[in-house]
Amino acid sequence: MKKLLLAASMAAMMAIPAQAADYVIDTQGAHAFVQFKISHLGYSWLYGRFNTFSGDFSYDADKLEASKIQLTIDTNSVDSNHAERDKHLRSGDFLNVSKHPKATFVSTKVVPKAGDTFDLHGNLTLNGVTKEVVIAAEKLGEGKDPWGGYRAGFAGTTTLTLKDFAINTDLGPASATVQLDLTVEGIRK
Amino acid sequence: MLKNSSSHYGLVSVVLHWLVALTVFGLFGVGFWMVDLSYYSEWYRTAPYWHKSVGILLAVAMLLRVLWRFFSPPPTALASHKSWEKRTSAVVQFCLYLGIFMLVLSGYLISTEDGRPIAVFTWFEVPALGALFANQADIAGLVHEYVAYSLIALAVLHGLAALKHHFIDKDNTLKRMFGRKP
Repeated sequence: MKKLLLAASMAAMMAIPAQAADYVIDTQGAHAFVQFKISHLGYSWLYGRFNTFSGDFSYDADKLEASKIQLTIDTNSVDSNHAERDKHLRSGDFLNVSKHPKATFVSTKVVPKAGDTFDLHGNLTLNGVTKEVVIAAEKLGEGKDPWGGYRAGFAGTTTLTLKDFAINTDLGPASATVQLDLTVEGIRK
Repeated sequence: MLKNSSSHYGLVSVVLHWLVALTVFGLFGVGFWMVDLSYYSEWYRTAPYWHKSVGILLAVAMLLRVLWRFFSPPPTALASHKSWEKRTSAVVQFCLYLGIFMLVLSGYLISTEDGRPIAVFTWFEVPALGALFANQADIAGLVHEYVAYSLIALAVLHGLAALKHHFIDKDNTLKRMFGRKP
């Protein structure tokens, strides 16, 4: 009888349709990255990243358009592997971090596209300026992890024009835009 | 005469004094100007490189100066100097020394947070100690800026005081600094 009950309840549980699950971005284990690259003089790429950020998302594979994400970035944590350049990036010439210590992205809309790709629309606030951006995103994978949790990972990329965010320092014609690359792995709450 | 006597400055002290004075004002001017250079300025890389190289050499000169004070103490103050003048000038001169060392140290901390050494022209490199505390480059940068302004203000005061001795008191304070016997 007990066995039957158990089997029945398990069947009932399995019958419940998959629901939007909430995930916390795995910054604890550093399985998430907020990186950028910008042309140097038009000759090569300069890579940098923000080391400190946090966020969460809700995601439902069957109802992708209902997914949501919010991300808060500590702009003070900018790291391009050069102390003097990072100091300059934090200054009023670029990120103005003493005045705008946080950058945020809050999604407004998800538009599914072919396969695992989708467009993630949202408001990006950077250097005190809020602007709607579209991140071309892709689900990389999801499933159980080896330690009893459940994870889902995504990557997204978008290109920002520095002037749009009131970053007016002239780095040359090839460096007017910066590409933002996000990779987030979420652990289901 | 290289060494100081009880009444006048020797060549070493005179040369070091004016060399440091010239260097401090030069570094201040270059520093003030270079922080606002545009990325495409031909000086964007050269000016900081020279500023840092000369700054390290200044530190060497200042260390020599301090050592030289022990080896060959400066002459005694002129008899005509009032006691408040002696006290004030001693405090100002101590602060000038302190200010220069603080500038060198803070400048060093800005550039070496990421572990990169400071190149002194093509001659040698000063090794980095890396990040010693949080927000090192930013904090050291602020210290560098405020101490630089304070040092220049003090140096101007120091210079004005010398001119006061020369033109108002008409004593040998300034002349002595050129190595002449009073």
